[in-house]
Amino acid sequence: MNEQFLFAMEVTLNGLMAGVLYALVALGFVLIYKASGIFNYAQGVMALFAALTLVGMMEGQVPFAHLINAMFGTDIHHFGWTVPALAAIVLTMGVMIFLAWAVNHFIFRHLVNQEPIILFMATIGLAYFLEGFGDLMWGADIRKLDVGLPQGINLWIDEITFNAFGYGFFIDNLDIVATVVAALLVVGLVVFSQYTKQGRALRAVADDHQAALSVGISLNFIWVLVWSIAGFVALVAGIMWGAKSGVQFSLSLIALKALPVLMLGGFTSIPGAIVGGLIIGVGEKLFEFLVGPLVGGATENWFAYVLALLFLVFRPQGLFGERIIERV
Amino acid sequence: MFYREAGEYRTSYVEDGQTFPIAFDRWRYYLVLAVAFLVIPFVINDYWANAIFLPFLIYAIAAIGLNILVGYCGQVSLGTGGFMAVGAYGCYKLMTAFPEVNIFFHVIIAGFITAAVGLLFGLPSLRIKGFYLAVATLAAQFFLVWLFNRVPWFYNYSASGQISAPERTVFGHPVTGPETEPWAAYLFCLVFVVVLAWVARNLTRGSVGRKWMAIRDMDIAAEIIGVNPLAAKLSAFAVSSFFIGVAGALFFAVYLGAVEVGEAFGINKSFLVLFMIIIGGLGSIFGAFAGAAFLVLMPVLLKNVLVGGLGWPTDLAAHLEFMIVGALIIIFLIAEPHGLAQLWRIAKEKLRLWPFPY
Repeated sequence: MNEQFLFAMEVTLNGLMAGVLYALVALGFVLIYKASGIFNYAQGVMALFAALTLVGMMEGQVPFAHLINAMFGTDIHHFGWTVPALAAIVLTMGVMIFLAWAVNHFIFRHLVNQEPIILFMATIGLAYFLEGFGDLMWGADIRKLDVGLPQGINLWIDEITFNAFGYGFFIDNLDIVATVVAALLVVGLVVFSQYTKQGRALRAVADDHQAALSVGISLNFIWVLVWSIAGFVALVAGIMWGAKSGVQFSLSLIALKALPVLMLGGFTSIPGAIVGGLIIGVGEKLFEFLVGPLVGGATENWFAYVLALLFLVFRPQGLFGERIIERV
Repeated sequence: MFYREAGEYRTSYVEDGQTFPIAFDRWRYYLVLAVAFLVIPFVINDYWANAIFLPFLIYAIAAIGLNILVGYCGQVSLGTGGFMAVGAYGCYKLMTAFPEVNIFFHVIIAGFITAAVGLLFGLPSLRIKGFYLAVATLAAQFFLVWLFNRVPWFYNYSASGQISAPERTVFGHPVTGPETEPWAAYLFCLVFVVVLAWVARNLTRGSVGRKWMAIRDMDIAAEIIGVNPLAAKLSAFAVSSFFIGVAGALFFAVYLGAVEVGEAFGINKSFLVLFMIIIGGLGSIFGAFAGAAFLVLMPVLLKNVLVGGLGWPTDLAAHLEFMIVGALIIIFLIAEPHGLAQLWRIAKEKLRLWPFPY
């Protein structure tokens, strides 16, 4: 086999792995959209916020230290203890649940029955708020997140492929972990929504708000629940991306990358999010590899959007989305 | 008391349909114009021009443009930054290729170029609606910024990858370049703002604007009563992009002078202009001005209070600004989805009856 082809194969594999990470973010979107009809632009910032909170807790940072110092002229920064990763994750999850409650209580409870586009813009506002809040709470420096996930080249795959093809594939251990976690997450979500009482209630709400309300399902509870789940997904995505490229502002931009994934897969479909993520991941890596050098590189910035745009022209509801039926 | 329509007799349809049917409003409008043209140029200095007036005027044009698309025609766009970049780079290429032509025409032609690009990216709107369209316009945003970053022809093969505006004059006074007097730059932008706002106002209350609003309210129903969705949507995209292109050209040539595309016309710019029209009021020309003024003034004010007044570090003020903008958006959406323009309307209604409501 020739070198180019092997290289393309490696790129494809890496693209698959990257796609899984996109899919992780996209999952959070789909969950909220299905249950409440809110297109949650803040999902990426939630991932950033979760990762920031996690790092801050692990390092024992004082929240709002910067603000307090500026207001009272003190000089505090750390409590002086560190928290083990697992405990910090649980604590962060608590924060995300509180956030879910606050978001529902202060924002979306007041916006019931508004047009979807108004809700969307409210989530953009939420994204801005959270971004400023996260930075204010934990500082705006780039942080390293290390919760003990394996990282670096997977020697086993390298060795096997070297023996088979005479060319070792570079696959990051972290990507493999992310893939496994994403698979577990999806299985977990499917089991939750199919076999538990809350899961069934959630699906009922997704189907028809008023009908769900009339059989005694508490919409408020379901919305807090679904925002909490989205917070959990954001936390997982934040851990994965944070471990990969550090906890920093650009983390919130992965939300933008998740948008074409959603469009491709359809807003309402969990399998769609996964398949869309994989297509985008592989597509953009391969495109960069094949066409990128001809046009000056960095095509990853726009390839996903243009692909999604062209795709939608032919199939407006995405791959697995529900058919759009319009009535006057 | 002073805001009355009693005693004003309008005897023709034209008089009844004018933009400011109440004499008080009309005189207020003339007063604002007079102050803007005859007073401010004489008192303006560098700080006021660069911190407040120029960004306000330029963002007002962009906001009117986006408002035509989002507020009047209902097609949500997140590609404003990209279209502003088209205007800026179009203007730059024209300025350097035809230095003998007046910059006024460069800016206008840059607007038409942007309109053509906007048409192209507006085509999918015939198939895609709502969120899907909003996300699809992100393609324009990222693709255009990438294009101007990567293709050296657009920045004339300059080593830094930036574009910087050469000096151009109007009636012998430089309006671009480092030698520009603040009043010249201000007046140059003001002329564009006044003309374009007048055009927008008259477009939106004419048959074109009514078609846009019909499409916004329900496109299938509009189609049934005989509005051609193709023409209406594409014309909205073209007109809106023209405005945004002019704003981009002015933003680059007059306001900033030198531009790095990713920084000046990134995704944040798209959101900023979108916020302006949400806070100002969707579907209102006044709202575009109010929103632009609000979001230009607020950071200046915050900075003065927090950094100048309380002595806090600037990064803290920047974080707070994010939080306040976000919170304001949410508060506006909850309390008054129609923005500052609606508050203004309510205030006027109250004022007509004041001080004896019943």
